[in-house]
Amino acid sequence: MSVTAAPAIGTFNPRDLLRAQVKWRHLETLFWLATLLPFLVAPSYLVLGSQIAIAALFALSLDLIVGYSGLVSLGHAAFFGFGAYTAGLLAKAGWGEPITGLMAAAIAAMVLGYLTSFIIVRISHFALIMVTLGLCLLLYEVANKAHWLTGGDDGLQGVRMWPLLDMFRFDLYGRTAYAYSLVVLFGSFLILRRLINSPFGLSLRGIRENARRMPAIGSPSSNRIRTVYIISGTFAGIAGGLLAQTTEFVALDALSFQRSAEILVMLVLGGAGRLYGGLVGALIFIVARDQLADMNPQYWYFWLGLLLIAVIVFLPNGILGGCARLLARWRRRA
Amino acid sequence: MIARHISLLFDGFAYGMLLFVLSVGLSVTLGMMNFVNLAHGTFAMIGGYTTVMLMRSAGWPFFATLPVAFIGAAAASVVLERVLYRRLYRASDLDQSLLTIGIVFVSIAAAAYVFGTGQQPVQLPGYLRGRIEFGDFSFGLYRMFLVASALVITGLLVLGLEYTRFGARVRACVDNQRMARGLGLNVDAVFSITFALGSGLAGLGGALGIEIVGLDPNFAFKYLVYMLIVVAVGGLASIRGAFVTAAMLGVIDIVSKYYVPEIGAFVLYFVMVSFLVWRPAGLFARRT
Repeated sequence: MSVTAAPAIGTFNPRDLLRAQVKWRHLETLFWLATLLPFLVAPSYLVLGSQIAIAALFALSLDLIVGYSGLVSLGHAAFFGFGAYTAGLLAKAGWGEPITGLMAAAIAAMVLGYLTSFIIVRISHFALIMVTLGLCLLLYEVANKAHWLTGGDDGLQGVRMWPLLDMFRFDLYGRTAYAYSLVVLFGSFLILRRLINSPFGLSLRGIRENARRMPAIGSPSSNRIRTVYIISGTFAGIAGGLLAQTTEFVALDALSFQRSAEILVMLVLGGAGRLYGGLVGALIFIVARDQLADMNPQYWYFWLGLLLIAVIVFLPNGILGGCARLLARWRRRA
Repeated sequence: MIARHISLLFDGFAYGMLLFVLSVGLSVTLGMMNFVNLAHGTFAMIGGYTTVMLMRSAGWPFFATLPVAFIGAAAASVVLERVLYRRLYRASDLDQSLLTIGIVFVSIAAAAYVFGTGQQPVQLPGYLRGRIEFGDFSFGLYRMFLVASALVITGLLVLGLEYTRFGARVRACVDNQRMARGLGLNVDAVFSITFALGSGLAGLGGALGIEIVGLDPNFAFKYLVYMLIVVAVGGLASIRGAFVTAAMLGVIDIVSKYYVPEIGAFVLYFVMVSFLVWRPAGLFARRT
């Protein structure tokens, strides 16, 4: 991965390595400054922008377990939907304050993560894929059948949000929604970036490379997996809560298998295990869907499938991985 | 009253047998190569559409289309295996899942483009329609035919695996792929043939299932979950496991939807997750 060449063993200090990675690069600053552009140049795309920010946060949370720890989850939408319904129901019940609502979504998803983490650490490989999928399907069925609470198929209606910080109303043009989503995304990104570049983050990468060898060097794999699973679920819940609050609606679709599959696609498209992969993947995916889905949703799936096959076969590390390889080749030649 | 319960159980069993034919190939190929093939439903769909097309445009009788459905799905799987799957045998679970999900997306869109999004009914021959009455009991003729076919297929599979040279090779490759390779077995060739046979069975299942579960472009996704449950709960590469699990799954699904429709598929998923937590390698795992 992006670990720089280690100096001679005698002088090697892992903290230097981590410190080097924590440092901000110019490209990163530029990237985050660019996220402010829509306010100036494309105000009509702010609604789409907040969708991208939400998907990016969701993909970022999935990257923690898929990209960094090497576990496959086909049911991450369980947390997303759980957070969305928590935030939505809270607002519907009369407490429409966005920030505390988002915290409630985070806590709810964290509790769900805590409860399911006991199951997750016991299994691996194919069974893990199936259990994550099964848990998500279970929640979907519960939400579908609990019509009195969630509105079932029709979605959760009647969500009314109070103005953000008592000042900014959620307007039709998505100005508040985009700013709000962006700030939450950036805050979460900072936390997760710090987490990844910590000794804990390194131990996750160790688990990805060899889960059995990690305990031998004093890092309990299953505890680490549980912790990261809970953290990942929490951030997915925040993303779901954001969606519920900014759209003032929760569709049953928030818990669906398609949602889990889509977010996995975004992550892999951008490049798993490299923080910005999920962000870039979400951006490309949602813009492409916005452009192509106008034709016909069926065709959109065709192109999505082809794109997915092409990325897996030709760009095993996603678009960002491909860029990094090109850059490395170019540097070597120069 | 009792008679109705028995009929319901029989319907569930027949449905389970259909699931068995659909998923047994996936079980064996997953167990052999550890390749997570989520596109198995696509092969079933190819079989289904082959039957529909032959009956509708060429006027073939139902039975004549079944071998073609088998061969069509098997041929499609050979092409995909050669072109795409082969590159990813040593890749991660994630890459394999995503590649095959990509194939499912493409196949759904292609089927919708060519055949439209509606259901594709078939006209069964007269002697398979209607029901047989035994006193109070009443069984659908087509379901009886389905159960009989599934039992014949199971018998052939067991005989083929236990008593033929090729079956011995398949078992060797499943039990220990590296050792089999070391002994000079051409594991890749064995896998290709098994994969084609398994996909062909899925195609046959897709054709047989039109009458029971219908056929539309979303088939590849809708029944994927059922196939995966059969494979995961039954245990990889275990024909006995797939058979028992499929029968159980069919009965649970039909009975729970009949008696407790308000909780729907909840029971099914709950049973699956509990079984997997209890026995992560499946109920009848050959390996742990």
